[in-house]
Amino acid sequence: MKPDTLAFVKKLLLCNAAVPAVLIGADAARGNLGANPVEFILRATGTMALLFLALTLTITPARQLLGAPWLTKLRRMLGLLSFAYACVHVSIYLSLDQSFDVVAIAGDAVTRPFVTFGMLAFGFMVPLAWTSTNAAIRRLGKRWTQIHARVYLVAVFAVVHFWLEVKADTTKPAIFASVFALLLFYRFVRRGIPKTAGG
Amino acid sequence: MVIKRPADIKAREITDKKLVLSRRTFLRGAAVAGSVVATAGLYNGLLAPPRKVRPSEPLPRELVAHTPAAAPTPGDVKNKYEEITNYNNFYELSTDKYEVAEVAAKFVTRPWTVAVFGLCQRPRVFDVGDLFRRFPLEERVYRLRCVEGWSMVIPWNGFPLRKLLDEVQPLASAKFVSLKTLFDPARMPNQRDEVLPWPYVEGLRLDEAMHPLTILAGGLYGETLPPQNGAPLRLVVPWKYGFKSGKSIVAIELTDSQPRTTWNLYSPDEYGFYSNVNPDVPHPRWSQATERRIGELGKRPTRLFNGYGAEVAHLYAGMDLKKHF
Repeated sequence: MKPDTLAFVKKLLLCNAAVPAVLIGADAARGNLGANPVEFILRATGTMALLFLALTLTITPARQLLGAPWLTKLRRMLGLLSFAYACVHVSIYLSLDQSFDVVAIAGDAVTRPFVTFGMLAFGFMVPLAWTSTNAAIRRLGKRWTQIHARVYLVAVFAVVHFWLEVKADTTKPAIFASVFALLLFYRFVRRGIPKTAGG
Repeated sequence: MVIKRPADIKAREITDKKLVLSRRTFLRGAAVAGSVVATAGLYNGLLAPPRKVRPSEPLPRELVAHTPAAAPTPGDVKNKYEEITNYNNFYELSTDKYEVAEVAAKFVTRPWTVAVFGLCQRPRVFDVGDLFRRFPLEERVYRLRCVEGWSMVIPWNGFPLRKLLDEVQPLASAKFVSLKTLFDPARMPNQRDEVLPWPYVEGLRLDEAMHPLTILAGGLYGETLPPQNGAPLRLVVPWKYGFKSGKSIVAIELTDSQPRTTWNLYSPDEYGFYSNVNPDVPHPRWSQATERRIGELGKRPTRLFNGYGAEVAHLYAGMDLKKHF
């Protein structure tokens, strides 16, 4: 793919990724987020973070199955988009939801498994975002791949976090859980097959 | 044999570079615009920001009791009609609180009867319209605390459950009351999913059911109760978590043993039979110490018995509230 085309595809991706954020912002400004805006924003940004995480993890299998090596060039952006939505999610939780009540937050983190798993997911995301630069990739060499394999841990923590938060209808967390399970399964199966040029 | 070869492309047929660029710019612009519109559609369809629905009918004047409305407790501001009617837990219709109102719009609540039976002298079936004519609807402004950690202040129109129970004359052997919600998957679409064991059953001890704060509501803000809030008739027990107050009631049974209630059957460790609002007994997965009052951004402390301790604490004298949660 020509560098010019790739740059365009990246811009296209970025424009579309911004759509939910812009619409949430517009609805918030018009007081259109319903009775519990904080809960709505937390749900929406959490879902977007999970969605972009799933897309990030889909890149490698898609590249291999479709024979489209250029897809890899979108992976970092997708991962960072997931991180960006997770950052908004966590910021809203700390500020609007908990009013920066450190004692309450610490208490939640220790005693409420759903908060614990959410914090674990975010905590594991931070170093991945931190080491996403070209310089970090060069500096860390082989270790970079090992560090970034932890993205699967992030996925597991995030799904458990979502699962524990719902009261009875686990449909949405179950969808994410099956997507991640499928992607992980693909990785295990693929491991046994000799690498091809595209792999 | 002469093979005719096509003439070389003439210079005038080569598209001007400027035109190529502008066509590409156009296509790219169209790709951005088209995909952004599609993504916005997807967002609206899947994450669906809540929609407002039409207000309901005013209650006929003759049904409303001519009692002065109770003064609201300081610090409690009534929630807006739009908030109360667009943010509902009603799993028979949808598990998405924002979606219930939309599904409920088609729910027909007449004709409707309520059977009151079990351990009583005069079991009978009441038409809901007759009930409202018999027991004028009083305005009761109650706090509602949901087990999920949010709360509202709601002006109900209803009558004490006690009045209805007195009508059927409970036997001395009656110790509990169970209230059953309509089971009709054709009208309550989510009952086709086994998200909870249907029909929805909630229950109270008889003394809780006879307490003057316990009401059956048929109105909201002086208007007919909208289906998303449990029309035509729902229970309201203000000192218990919201799920104890069953909606769209069709049967009330007096029993001598504790009813097997829906959420308690679903997850006994998380939802006790009593489920009195109690900041010191956390839900196993989240704290109950604070709550978000709908309409407010921060959180406020949750009060024991939802602030109705002066009226109801005596019902639980000597009981370990951590054990009987």
